[in-house]
Amino acid sequence: MSTLALLARNRLALAGLIVMGLVVLLALVTPLLPLPDPDVTDTGNRFLPPFSEGALLGTDHLGRDQLSRLLWGTRLSLAVGFAAATIAAVLGAAVGIIAGYYGGRVDNLIMRGVDMLMAFPYILLALAIVAALGPGLLNALIAVAAVNIPFFARNIRGITVGIANREFIDAARLAGMNDARIILSEVLPNVIPVIVIAMSTTVGWMILETAGLSFLGLGSQPPQADLGSMLGEARAALITSPHTSVVPGAMILIIVMAINLLGDGVRDALDPRLRSGALTRPMAATLVRREDPAPEPQGDDVLSLCDLQTQFHVKHRVYRAVGGVSLGVKPGECLGIIGESGSGKSVTALSVMGLVASPPGVITGGAVHYKGEDLVGAPYGRLRDLRGREVAYIFQDPLATLHPLYKVGDQLVEAIRVHHALSDSEARARALGLLRDVRIPNAESRLDSFPHELSGGMRQRVGIAMALANDPEVIIADEPTTALDVTVQAQILSLLDTLRREKGLAIVFITHDFGVVAQLCDRVAVMYAGRIVEEGPTRALLEAPAHPYTRRLIACVPELGEGKRRLHAIPGLPPAVNDLPSGCAFAPRCDKAQPACRQGEIALDAYGPRRLRCLYPETELEGTA
Amino acid sequence: MGRYILKRLVSAVPVLLGITVIVFAIMAMIPGDPATAILGSYATPENVEKLNRDLGLDKPAVQRYFIWLWNMVQGDFGRSFSLNRPVLEEVLDRFGATLVLAGTSFVLCSVIGVAAGVVSAARQYGLADKAITFAVLLGISIPSFFLGMMMILIFAVQLRWFPASGMWPIYGDRTLPVLVTHLTMPALALAVVATGVVARLSRSAMLEVLRQDYIRTARAKGVPERGVIWRHALRAAMVSILPVLGIQAGFVLSGAVYIEMVFQWPGVGRMLVDAILKRDILLVQGGVVLVAACYVMFNIVVDVAQSLLDPRIKT
Amino acid sequence: MSLALRLENLSKSFAVGKRLFGAPKGHVHAVHPVTLDVPEGETLGIVGESGCGKSTLARMLVGLLAPSGGHIEIEGQPLDNADPAQFGKRIQYVFQDPISSLNPRKTIRQIMEAPLKRLHGMARAARDKRISEIFAQVNLREEFLERYPHEFSGGQAQRIGIARALAAEARILILDEPVSALDVSVQAQVLNLLADLKARLGLTYLFISHDLAVVEAVSDRVAVLYFGSVVEVGRAEDVFSAPRHPYTKLLADSAPVVGRALSPPESRETELPDPLNPPKGCAFRARCPNAGPRCAEEVPQLEGETGQVACFHPLR
Repeated sequence: MSTLALLARNRLALAGLIVMGLVVLLALVTPLLPLPDPDVTDTGNRFLPPFSEGALLGTDHLGRDQLSRLLWGTRLSLAVGFAAATIAAVLGAAVGIIAGYYGGRVDNLIMRGVDMLMAFPYILLALAIVAALGPGLLNALIAVAAVNIPFFARNIRGITVGIANREFIDAARLAGMNDARIILSEVLPNVIPVIVIAMSTTVGWMILETAGLSFLGLGSQPPQADLGSMLGEARAALITSPHTSVVPGAMILIIVMAINLLGDGVRDALDPRLRSGALTRPMAATLVRREDPAPEPQGDDVLSLCDLQTQFHVKHRVYRAVGGVSLGVKPGECLGIIGESGSGKSVTALSVMGLVASPPGVITGGAVHYKGEDLVGAPYGRLRDLRGREVAYIFQDPLATLHPLYKVGDQLVEAIRVHHALSDSEARARALGLLRDVRIPNAESRLDSFPHELSGGMRQRVGIAMALANDPEVIIADEPTTALDVTVQAQILSLLDTLRREKGLAIVFITHDFGVVAQLCDRVAVMYAGRIVEEGPTRALLEAPAHPYTRRLIACVPELGEGKRRLHAIPGLPPAVNDLPSGCAFAPRCDKAQPACRQGEIALDAYGPRRLRCLYPETELEGTA
Repeated sequence: MGRYILKRLVSAVPVLLGITVIVFAIMAMIPGDPATAILGSYATPENVEKLNRDLGLDKPAVQRYFIWLWNMVQGDFGRSFSLNRPVLEEVLDRFGATLVLAGTSFVLCSVIGVAAGVVSAARQYGLADKAITFAVLLGISIPSFFLGMMMILIFAVQLRWFPASGMWPIYGDRTLPVLVTHLTMPALALAVVATGVVARLSRSAMLEVLRQDYIRTARAKGVPERGVIWRHALRAAMVSILPVLGIQAGFVLSGAVYIEMVFQWPGVGRMLVDAILKRDILLVQGGVVLVAACYVMFNIVVDVAQSLLDPRIKT
Repeated sequence: MSLALRLENLSKSFAVGKRLFGAPKGHVHAVHPVTLDVPEGETLGIVGESGCGKSTLARMLVGLLAPSGGHIEIEGQPLDNADPAQFGKRIQYVFQDPISSLNPRKTIRQIMEAPLKRLHGMARAARDKRISEIFAQVNLREEFLERYPHEFSGGQAQRIGIARALAAEARILILDEPVSALDVSVQAQVLNLLADLKARLGLTYLFISHDLAVVEAVSDRVAVLYFGSVVEVGRAEDVFSAPRHPYTKLLADSAPVVGRALSPPESRETELPDPLNPPKGCAFRARCPNAGPRCAEEVPQLEGETGQVACFHPLR
């Protein structure tokens, strides 16, 4: 079972598991051990120090054997803590699942009740319950379980709402299942890991709480003792005989710490996001681990990529997202990079300014030259200085890429003032000008809007304004219109086209849409499995694609105005970039592939203005290879 | 904004009513003759009769509830039998001390916890992160009452840095420095657990936010890393940290009960425990309702702060 | 020719600003009264931009949302989803997000068995046989059956979703953006598979998409939705090549096409109307180049014989 394996690999969790296992084992065998009766008093031998004759941990204020009391107390504390956690988890989860699944009025009523219970500092509720039921261990257990039910209910309800809105629940309903069956067979299996996580991270807390009530004298009653009441009774003799306090206190600490370590391990093993190592913080710039020396800059391109390689290192797997890409863009030129998902086009774009999330991203080779300066090897300070000032980005989803809590104007002002020492009002005036440049109506009032108050198209205009803030030389646009409706996309594309002609911008435009490339780009590069397979002037390339992949990809796209018809498809799937075939990556799907295609490296050869990585092209290209 | 605060205040009314209903319902669980059970060892015939008259215990439960509620609205929380003084006076006397203790701890745990979480996230897997993570684990695993006892043993008995108990010296002036020396140990002991919880949550909230696309946008603009962490990421992370601070306030208030016992702090928590052990039910009822009401008010403050922080919340 | 689906004045509004007691603050009309017929064996395409109500419409047809008004007839009988075990046999749904429509904690076999068990009460052996048959129809290998959904690519997962819908043996499929989460090369595979299945099994499709070219390629007839209303219905080959409603023309002109110069199809920067505060008259009039005084007063109704259009000043 992979979950157990993951748990075992986590050394801290393993330590917690071992300690916890020992404690539980001791608690289980306590009745079998040759210990004195924990409740027999012997006032003649009060407060014996540890390591005394016949009392390994000494005796307490009534002369009772500490070791015996400690083990019996541990037994009791563990039992009560686990029982409370189980009761709270089962009842809380049941309430939470019902509220979350049915929603509407049921949910509303239940959650108001839960909120009401959570309006108490939890101990007040516990104290009130104990006050009503009277002090005693069982009553303390009931109180602790009861005050924790709302926490579980709220947590599980949140998860259930998320699941109940997923499409597989609708699918189950259409497959003929009724509500009870859907809850049991579709919802519950998805909620159980969360319940286990919540339980494993709160058991320790429950043991602390019951011990606390006993410490106050409201839990276990003499002569019976759990760890909390041992500590409570020892308090009077804290200064004269500290060992009677230290022993039970240290035991609680050890138990709770072991449980917490174990609980964290369980959470890490069960949470799929943590399992994939996804919950890591991307660093300020992508890691660079270049084995070979950086290539020298060539040509007059303002931005050029030379044999750039970017990989993702996840556990022991290596994903070659960008496997050696060379590209260049001249001032005022628009270069399109087109490819399907997973082709490495976005990673290529983000690698330029070191914006690939790292970990897991690593730039392992090649160079990015901006006006002859290598950016891959540049120190972070230099990279930061160029970001937004010389090379700016426009991203895909404008709702996710603008900060949700800052006003649009403030975000623009920040973009300007990061690079220019302007006063706030000067920067604001400039921000206003930028919003006008991108044709936002009522620009003045839009400065004080938050992103969520704008429509998708307006937000993307703000994204473009932000990219223009410092008059950059190059703009890298990563699928800027993919999230937009066609009518809005048309507006944004024509805006970008106008701006680039007005300002002489170089644009690198990442997209998966041939129509967009055809309308906007001067030149286009086609990517497949992390490499460029073909590149050339847009028109020539689209009219006479030379690579079989390009030709067939274009054929897949239905075009408007041709009526109902059968579409061309490419059989198979793109290869996974952690398991690339040797030779041409497209060969397994290509109907023209020969044995030679599957061996060795196939070079990207230049033919006049075009470049091609294919042994058996669709059309013979002019020029020297 | 004014309207939003008003709306939240109005919406607190049903919550407050709910609290009184819950407290009343729990107290109605007391088995047997209510007056005798409530009075416990104070159940002299005169007292039983007086209580029956005061609370109308011969009347049906619903009617009794409304009588109790109406009396509370008028400021009459009844009379404590064990202390022989009005419940309201006693609670108000004690609540000040609890506020000083819990308030100090709350500020400590918020500031230290959030700062530790941010540093921990910004240096994920670094030395600082590992040290903080370990300290947090220790903090959330140690019982606060045990920690308090050990602090007394070390810092009061052995080192004699701080007084072992109480809020004020029996003799001498009640000045701020004197208060601070008495407050230091209990406030720290109380803050430790909450600090751990806040730090842990702040760390994961920051990690979650740092993966968002708008952080990449900030970096793409050329914002220095310090601005990315403290201005962009922390602001967004606060949206999920703030509600937890509200819940932690409840935990600090709860932990205060233990700490007040350990340090002999003259607060409302110790009063409640004593009242339960003496079965002084009216004092328990009144104390619980008053403290819970204050906590509800505090959570309104948190909600208002949240709405100031997050413009997406409709005000 | 008998009707597979009949929608009569079907409408849906959502309450906004719900309270525990008392009336909500307002209503958003996601779907205005829609009347449509789908003959047996036809593919009706429904096209529109985000927020036009196309998914709401689809979810009403399969009983996942209760309509606010009007009624639905499926193969001549009114929609009745009181008994899920009966309803699922009449109409099925293929979801937009193929991965999210499969329960991550179940194997593909468990997912496939659910409709066979619940809807048809098949025994184990019969189920295995039927699953083999269906998997052969959608070109899936049987070894996939023991795997979990996260092990599949989008295209494969969508085939599994289609296989599950087929298992119910319903003759009407609602396809809600079935290929918009897929890459073009895979998209074509799935569209062709859908076309084959329809020809072989005599199915009726309601195909919903925002992609005009895809809709045109698979549909017999197309209905264009704007702001919750059908503004134009017509034969697939006519609707976009010779649009009659100005909005249809705007859509057709906005789609990026190889070989057409880039020019903004609208001169103004326009947005959708506010659904909480809809305009009087025609919802499109603020963006419409032909709008006249009557458009501000009356809501145009869908009219016409072969092709219907809801416009006072149609282009043709």
